[in-house]
Amino acid sequence: MATPPLTERSLIFVTGKGGVGKTTIAAGLAQMLANDNKRVLACEIDAKGDLSAAFEIARAAFKPTVISDHLEVMSMDTEASLKEYLRLHLKIPVVGKIGPVAKAFDFLATAAPGVREILTIGKLCWEVREQHYDALVVDASATGHIIGQLAAPQAINDLVKVGLIRSQSDWMLEILSDPAKTGLVIVTTPEEMPVLETIQLSASVRAETTVDLAAIVVNRLLPERFGPREEPVFEALATTAGTKRLSKEVGADTTAIVAAARLATTMRRGRTVQLEALRTGVPGVPLILVPELFQRTDGLRATNQIATHLAEELLP
Amino acid sequence: MTATRAGTIETLLGSREIVVTCGPGGVGKTTSAAAAGAMAASRIGGRVLVLTVDPARRLADALGLKGIGNEVTEVPAKVFTDAGLPLKGSLHAAMLDTKQSWDALIARHAPDEATRDRILENPLYQNITGRFIQSHDYIAMERLYELHSTGEWDLIVVDTPPTRNALDFLDAPARMADFFSSRLLRWLIAPARSSLLNLASKPFTQIADRILGTQFLSDIAEFFLSMQSMYEGFVDRANAVARLMADERTSFLVVSSSETVPLREAEFFSAELARRKLDVGAVILNKVLPDALSDPGALATAEAIEQRHAELAATLAGPMKVDEAVLDRVLLTVTESYSDFAVVARREAAARERFASEGATLITIPNLEGEISDMTGLGQLGGYLFAG
Repeated sequence: MATPPLTERSLIFVTGKGGVGKTTIAAGLAQMLANDNKRVLACEIDAKGDLSAAFEIARAAFKPTVISDHLEVMSMDTEASLKEYLRLHLKIPVVGKIGPVAKAFDFLATAAPGVREILTIGKLCWEVREQHYDALVVDASATGHIIGQLAAPQAINDLVKVGLIRSQSDWMLEILSDPAKTGLVIVTTPEEMPVLETIQLSASVRAETTVDLAAIVVNRLLPERFGPREEPVFEALATTAGTKRLSKEVGADTTAIVAAARLATTMRRGRTVQLEALRTGVPGVPLILVPELFQRTDGLRATNQIATHLAEELLP
Repeated sequence: MTATRAGTIETLLGSREIVVTCGPGGVGKTTSAAAAGAMAASRIGGRVLVLTVDPARRLADALGLKGIGNEVTEVPAKVFTDAGLPLKGSLHAAMLDTKQSWDALIARHAPDEATRDRILENPLYQNITGRFIQSHDYIAMERLYELHSTGEWDLIVVDTPPTRNALDFLDAPARMADFFSSRLLRWLIAPARSSLLNLASKPFTQIADRILGTQFLSDIAEFFLSMQSMYEGFVDRANAVARLMADERTSFLVVSSSETVPLREAEFFSAELARRKLDVGAVILNKVLPDALSDPGALATAEAIEQRHAELAATLAGPMKVDEAVLDRVLLTVTESYSDFAVVARREAAARERFASEGATLITIPNLEGEISDMTGLGQLGGYLFAG
């Protein structure tokens, strides 16, 4: 059975090991979908403000910040999510600070595992069910914690046999388990440790959750600098004698410049090997390739460039 | 590889009982912890333990062990001699298995076997220990406390989960102490303890009941009721761990790369540690690009090559015995590659300066070839850590 394309799904979780560019890719993906005329909500789970920084807006809150006609950004807040939940489902109006309820909730969230996770996942699934947006792009937890988050509704289902939360976790599971609606994207760089963790995480996702692994984004691929004709010439230039000749003609020491090109080719070669390891390690999952940007900073410009690269890979 | 204060890491590892490495993910934190532990065992001596609490299992690779479990494993002396390193003391490693550690903790502190079994069989307990996140942070602290209080170790190097989680890790003891002394907890277990429903707990249990269902609530209540005899111990140990983190026996190493995002997180973390009056021993920056990339002289030279590429190719093709057109392309590519990396290197250097201006002791480690997966690599990395 062919799985639906990533761009058609309404709930996309983006995870990855720290430092691989998870947030930048999530922001780029949201921007790309918005550029493609979809109504998109980008949601940050960890509330670090990195997603807001990727769009260069003031720190997003639970109530979405409108960026354009097609794009809004929010930051997950479990207390606000609980408030919304109480208002919508239990008809308990909560105005301003929820003091005692929040305290009770805090306690409950520590006592009853999965409550915090379910409020996060619940809010996202609710937005999907209500179809306020065409797509939700979630800058989700890093690799170490994503399983606990995605598996929370299942865990609650195992623990709680009756009651309101049980009926809630049922429909959430339905949305999460449907590959036409929900997909997980793992972001990695073509380096040994991130690739190894991606392969391990892919196995855990399949074993422990019902969420479909839709794609793996390989970020920061280095460009191929030299073709087969150029390589031997570069090698000649990179010898001590070759570099000395160049330095003499230029009238300055060129060792550092040639060494930088050597570093680039060595890094690229290593990364190509890792790309192959990933292909073998996670067969059947589409790899989306994004080049190294060599940027001065992260921010809107990087987000737009990533969106352009992703569009080339994902849109017909 | 410049340390602004000479011998900092060496002094630190030789004088503290606990050194905690923390920082964002993907920057070589686990490897740095392993290298610090290995160097302490190799050059300083004593019984050194490296404890990793990161859910991702990477330490075994770096120590050349096939696998490490919850139990402490000694790294064979041969691993050091094979890597050409001296071994003054001994190196041991352990990984935190959340479930096993919880089970052991319950078994150790339960007042009797019946209570122990009731807890171990409670469905809620199994979920707390197996699946959920916060319990990991707490049990990590319990384990550290347990290992430290055996008095067996001269030095324990602790590796933590990535930044925001590392903060949870620090907060875990206090949260656990708060939790077990909570009034709400008493309300919650009151109905299970007596048929007389505590009036004060009524509104709370009513809401909780509507949301969670009665069975789940009584599972929770039963669980905490069984745990009750151990509360005092939990609170005591939580407070002891908090004191241990704050006193002079403990120091923190913040590990980062000099890329924008990890560095921002590392700065945040250093500030948080300082705010909590915890000791930041040093900041280790991994994967730093060569200085030459941000050198103004080299940049001018690269520009000169770019401007004169055709002329240089024409002059050099003959003596080098290569095709002129190909050499021309190679020269252009070399300068392009240089300026690409130079942008990144300059950005990173600026960020480093900002960090250093905040008074942190910076230790920079160059971009080492390949991933470190053996003791030789750890020794090389350790050499940079100890240099200064």
